Parts: sequence; C-alpha cells; structure tokens
Amino acid sequence: MPTRRAVGTNVLRKDGAEKVTGRARYLDDLRFPNLLHGRTIRSTIPAGEIAGIRCQFDPKGFTSVDYRDISGRNVVALIEEDQPCLAERAVRHVAEPVMLLAHADRDRLAEASVEIDYRPATPNYDPEASTLSFKRIAIDKGNVERGLAEADRVIQGEYRVGHQEQLYIEPNGVIAVPDGSRAVTVYGSMQCPYYVHRALKVLLGFTDDQVRVVQTETGGGFGGKEEYPSMIAGHAALLALKAGRPVKLVYDRVEDLLATTKRHPAIIRHRTGVKRDGRLTAIDIDAVFDGGAYATLSAVVLSRGLIHATGPYRCDHVRIRGRAMMTNTPPNGAFRGFGAPQTQFAAEVHIDRIADELKLDPVRVREINAFRPGDVTATGQTLGADCSALAVLREAVKRTNFRKKRRALKGTGRGIGLSLFFHGSGFTGSGEVKLASRASLALTERGARILVASTEIGQGTRTMLAQIAADTLGVPYDAIGVNEADTSAVPDSGPTVASRTCMIVGRLVQQAAADLKNRLGPLTPTQYLRKHGPLTVTAQYQKPGDIAWDDVTYRGDAYESYGWACDVVEVSVDPVTWQVTPTAFTTVHEIGRAIHPGLARGQIEGGSAQGIGYAILEEVVMRDGRMANNQLTNYIIPTTLDTPNLDVVLIENPYPRGPFGAKGVGEMPIDGPAPAVVNAIRHAGVDVREIPATPEKIMAACASR
Amino acid sequence: MRFTLNGKRADVRAHPMARLLDVLREDCHLTGTKEGCGEGECGACTVLIDGLPVNSCLVPFAQVKGARVTTIEGLGGKHPLQQTFVEHGGAQCGICTPGMILAAVALGPKPSLADMQSGLAGNLCRCTGYSAIYRSIRAASGHATERVKARTTSRLVSKPDVVRTFRSALGKRRKR
Repeated sequence: MPTRRAVGTNVLRKDGAEKVTGRARYLDDLRFPNLLHGRTIRSTIPAGEIAGIRCQFDPKGFTSVDYRDISGRNVVALIEEDQPCLAERAVRHVAEPVMLLAHADRDRLAEASVEIDYRPATPNYDPEASTLSFKRIAIDKGNVERGLAEADRVIQGEYRVGHQEQLYIEPNGVIAVPDGSRAVTVYGSMQCPYYVHRALKVLLGFTDDQVRVVQTETGGGFGGKEEYPSMIAGHAALLALKAGRPVKLVYDRVEDLLATTKRHPAIIRHRTGVKRDGRLTAIDIDAVFDGGAYATLSAVVLSRGLIHATGPYRCDHVRIRGRAMMTNTPPNGAFRGFGAPQTQFAAEVHIDRIADELKLDPVRVREINAFRPGDVTATGQTLGADCSALAVLREAVKRTNFRKKRRALKGTGRGIGLSLFFHGSGFTGSGEVKLASRASLALTERGARILVASTEIGQGTRTMLAQIAADTLGVPYDAIGVNEADTSAVPDSGPTVASRTCMIVGRLVQQAAADLKNRLGPLTPTQYLRKHGPLTVTAQYQKPGDIAWDDVTYRGDAYESYGWACDVVEVSVDPVTWQVTPTAFTTVHEIGRAIHPGLARGQIEGGSAQGIGYAILEEVVMRDGRMANNQLTNYIIPTTLDTPNLDVVLIENPYPRGPFGAKGVGEMPIDGPAPAVVNAIRHAGVDVREIPATPEKIMAACASR
Repeated sequence: MRFTLNGKRADVRAHPMARLLDVLREDCHLTGTKEGCGEGECGACTVLIDGLPVNSCLVPFAQVKGARVTTIEGLGGKHPLQQTFVEHGGAQCGICTPGMILAAVALGPKPSLADMQSGLAGNLCRCTGYSAIYRSIRAASGHATERVKARTTSRLVSKPDVVRTFRSALGKRRKR
C-alpha cells in the first residue's frame, strides 16, 4: 500500500458535492418545529446611559429578554470580561444590544416598536484622544537612538488604514434549542465552537454538559465569525431558554454590517535610520489601533500587528510601541491577518519611500535588508532555514520582469509596485501552550474519523486534515471521515484562526494517526474492531522544546514558523476620475509544503482579492459613530470586473516540524496587496499614504503636492 | 399560481408580492437558493427565469406566473459545471456557489474571459478571487464532449504548474 498519495495532490474536497448541488445545510436552511424568530433591539446613540425602555406593542405571543434574565454573568466572555451581552445602563457604541424579542411571526416581530430614552454623553471617535487603552505593548531590540545616530539619513512617515468588513456572504446567524430550562444546544455559522461554548457557560451559569454547540455549514468567516458568534449565540440562548422554544436569530446584511466587528483602523508612524546604500540602522515605530468600544480581541490583534511591524527586515536597533484604544464605535475584532495587514502596509510603503528618497532600486533595498536564516527579529527570535524572504522576492521580480517594467512604465500614468511580507503561523507567543489543543481519531471499518473542533469555513479544513490522516495511516483519502464540529462529540482543537489549522491541528492529526497506526499493528481496522472493540486516540499539543517566549518582556520566539511572500501589482491611474485599476497581479508564496496545492492556491487568490479590496475599494464610512454605508450597495467589495488576473506561484520549502512540511497559509495573502498597490500608485506619480486609496484620497494627495 | 419549477409543473399558493426567494426556500423547501444581501447586490439568490439569471430576492412571486424557473436543485448534480466547480476550486465556503453556477449556466457554452467577467459581475464571491471560478467554467466547456470517468471523491487532479521547488526559485545565490 503506498504510504503517500493524498498529500500534495488536489483530491476532491470533502464538502464539494454538497455545496454545488445546494444540499449543504447552512444555518438558515435548518428547520425546527415550533420555531420563534429573534430580534435584537439596539442602542441608537454612541455614548450615554439608558434612562428607560418603552415597549409599544401588545406583548401577546412575544418573548422579551433584557439583562435581568441573565442567569450567569452578563458578559461576552473572551479575553477581558468588559463587554456586556445586553447593556444594563451604560451605552458605549451605536448598535449595542439592549433587549431581545422573539415571536413566531416575523412581520409581527419586525413591527414591534421599542423606544429607548437616553441620557447622552459626549462620544470620542479619535483613538489618539482616547484615555482608555485596552493594551499597550513595547518591543525593544538594541538601542534605537544609537542606530539613528549611525544613520546617514532619518526618514519618517505616517500611514493610515481604515476599517474593513469581512463580508462573508452568509451573514451571522444561530439557532438555540432549549432542553428544559437547564440545557441548551446552539447551532450556528461560526469559526470557534469552543469559544461559543465557553461564553454560553459564563453567560448562563451552566456547566460543560449543559451547553452544546454545533457548527453548521459556514458561508465564510475571515475572522468575522471568530468572536462575534459568542454574542449572537448568547442572545438566542437567552430567548430560547425563556420561551422554552427554539429561537432563530439571523442577521440581515444591514444589521450585520452595522453591528458586527471589523478590521481595526490604525495610525502607524515610522522613523527609520538608513545608510546611503540602503542598509537599515534603526527602526522606530509607533502604532495606534482603534479598538472600538470593548476590548474583544484588540490586545492580541495589536500583538500580532506589532510583531510584524518591521516587515521582514533585519535591523540591530528596533523600538516598537503600540496601543489599542477605546472609542465609541462598534468593537473591532478579528479579521484575516489580525493586525499584520495594518502594520505591514505601513512598513512596505515606508521602505519604498526610503528607496525613493535614496534614489535606490526598491528591490535592491529589500534585498539588502531582507531576513536571512540566522537573522534575529525584533523580539529576539533567530530565524531558521524556513526563512525564505529572498527566495520569494527574487522569484517575483524575475517572473514579472519587475525592473524592466518599472523603467518602461515611468511617466505613463501607469505604475508597478511590490511588497515583501511574512506571517507567523499559529497563536502568538505562548498562545498555543495555553490553548493545549487536542485532536482525536476514531477507528472506523475502513479507516478513521477525525474528531476536531476546527471548522470548515471554505478554506478546506476537512479535506486537508483528511489528506494528512490518510497518508499517515496509509489508507485511501476516501477512508477518512470528518466529524461535524459538535462540542458534545469532538475535543477542543482550538479556534479556527491564526493560520493554525494546518500547521498546528494538522500536526496533531498526524500524531494521532501515527499513534493509531501503531496500535493497529498488523491488523486492518476491521480486524482490530472485531478483536478489541472501538478505539479512539488523542494527541495533545506539545511545545517544541527549543521554542521559548516570555509574555512579560515580549522576548523570544513569537511564532514557531513564518510564511513568506512577495506581491507585484501593476495599476493604471485615471487622470480624470483618479480611479485606480489594478491590471496585473503576481504573488509568490512560500508556505512550507502545500498539503493540497489547489486549496492553498484558493486561499492565496481569495486573500489577494480581499487585499486589493482593502487597498482601493472597501471604505467603511463612519458618521456619528455609526457605519453610514451599511449595505452592499455602497460598501464595495471586488467583483469580477474589479479583480485582475491573479498569478500565483508556490515555492516549496518544507518546514520539518509541519505536517508533511506544511506551514500556515490562510492569512498571509491579505498582508501584501495593499502596500503593493499603493507603491504602484506612487510609481504612477501619486504619493498616497492612506487606504483605502479611493479616488477622493488620491485627488487630495495630488492637491497637497 | 402555476409555473414550471425545475422542469416540473408547480402550483404554489403564496402572496403575489412575496419574494420569489422566500417562496422557493419556504414554500417549495428548495434551500439551495441563498440570501446574502436582500437587495440584489450579491447574487447569492440567483435563479434562472426562462433561462435568464435574476436575483430572486428582487422578483415578486407574481412575476413567474407561467414561467420556467430553474434553481440549483434543478441541475441535478451531474451538470458539468457542478463537477468542475468541485474539481477546480470554484466552490470554497459554498454560499455563493448555487447562484454562481446558475449565472455560469446562463453564459452559454465556451464563454470568453470577458464574457465571464461581465456575466458574473453581479455575483459576489469573497473566497476565491474569481480565478478558480473561471478555471471551473473553462473546464466545464471541455466537459461537454469529454465525460468524467471517475466519480469517486478520491479522483486526483494533476498538480498545478505553479509549484516551484525552493532551490530553483532562489536561483544563483548571491553573497550576503
């Protein structure tokens, strides 16, 4: 029996047939008898206190819930416990949930009028003027003042990035089904069933066994279904337990855009010492992230952002300061990239400006400074042979004929730009140790069933994990099944975030499969089951011995490994409308080894398109603390006509500790497009330092020249 | 009201101004048609009326009287596009997929890139960046004559030409 035949090939995805026939069951497709529909009554002011609530409808047939119905603690339990599930008195942002209603008839529910009286306070929308920080982080290496003193030039810059909406096409939604008054099952569109499980236990004061969470087929996540489902699940559970009936809470697009988390806006300032030949002598970075009204995941978004803030460049003297600040806007949260797209946008635009100022080739400046194996990062991590910054840069430059094109396009109204970037796989710092994830395999007649809480959200979790299990066990890919992510049936393999599912959970599946193979010995699965009965094996995360991280000093190995990538974008800038059109896009990615090259390519193409949207199209207009363009009509994501041809190259540099050599891939693709696009726009003649680079911003940048 | 639904005669009682999307999902129990925005922007609810793609969230039920309505369920499961969307990564999270496939059916045989870009501009996909969707549609154009033999899920599709080895990419090593 061949031992390797699924890994590295494009096997058919496990969920493909269901999805192309319409048989796949998403949350809104489920039917329950006796179902009520839920509705969330939200605050309409950005700051203040609730003075009174007046329900102006006939309560017959309605179930209504406010904070007094909460049997546990009124929080959405995550890192901090600062965010109420339902506002009691204080209101910190528009669209904050205040009250919940349920009714069997959707029209009656929609018509029910609830008036809230407020004592308004003065809101603050400026993170730099905010007095409440969710997190402050300092990273130091060497002595930045000395590095600046050694420099021939000191180059400064300020860069700004706006909100971005994940815009999964399936909005957030859950159904809660009560089992008496002391147990509940929540079905939902989500990335992290055990996050929801924990949040519900805290909210309801329930034990592990009283809460069951089941992920339904999920129509996209991108981080937007990392922490938010804990909120909406709490709401549905409260209604269902009070009504004694199943309650469905599905947001329409308008509510989803208004109320759910977005990517953190940020202001990032660089002060960089450089030698005349382009060598970096000092990097000094200050970053302010707008956390919105509650902490959610801001502390860890900031952390990942700052660790990636230098870009993939070596420098002896680095000082990074960052803070995530509270403002009176809906909380910002997880979004693919998780802080790194913000900081690497600044780093990559800045390094291009350095090249411009020094009249040097932008490729050469990157080549001189790019991390090599053996180099030491800002947190003091020594990079190993899995560092491929130069390889991806050179392949991208060669493939696109970058230097020649750059000369040819000069002065034509078109431009070409590049970005070099990296992305850490897995949770930051000691995160994986704290998670202590577990994955199990249950022996079946033909092979095994994978038991993990890692979710399929389109990226191919089921398929990729099954490939790893099949080849490790030495059985056909078809002989591996994947259990649904149901907390009553699967162990906690951690959240489906942070580019960790393939490298971390994949490795656990590989270990469990090796264990299972060992126990089988010479027996086939069928023979084993007949002789010994059922068998389930579990693997738990073990920190590799040579990885070290100190949470207090912020020193050490921030990530076990990094992926590396380089994007090249060509644009044309319309001199009349200032509209930017990307006309060609090439990206070279090193992600270790691709378990499924087709799925990996899909992640890279999709993430790149989302990054192009971030660069030029996707603008969240905030007016008085409220998203003013909360519709798909005027929050614009790339369509077929906005997306250039995407040329993708995978460079394989197998990472010895990854399963079959794999590292993470999900997030990295979105780090690079925005700076590459903006660098191309500068090459075309417009120095813009803020995204999205809409025609208005480009016109303003021209006017201020 | 009478109309043809997925090739069969249907007689459904629903409010004439009900959204076709709701009638299909709730009265006809065909949940393959999805709602993404409710305002005709995303195309997740695309169905074919007399062969033309429409956003069923914008169509009042009364409008399909006597018409032929095709939903994803009406393609069966053996349509070449359904197969190639699985083989070539055209479906990721899958929520746009039913609408996208129906919009692709309406493109007709062997569409050019420009045909695909204009014909699918009303169908948003957040996962793929559309490239894999184009590849799927192109592959389906070939499928019309060339039958897929293997139907098991372990059918292997050849590795894309984009994979390079680390060494060849690094090229000549320069001195540090």
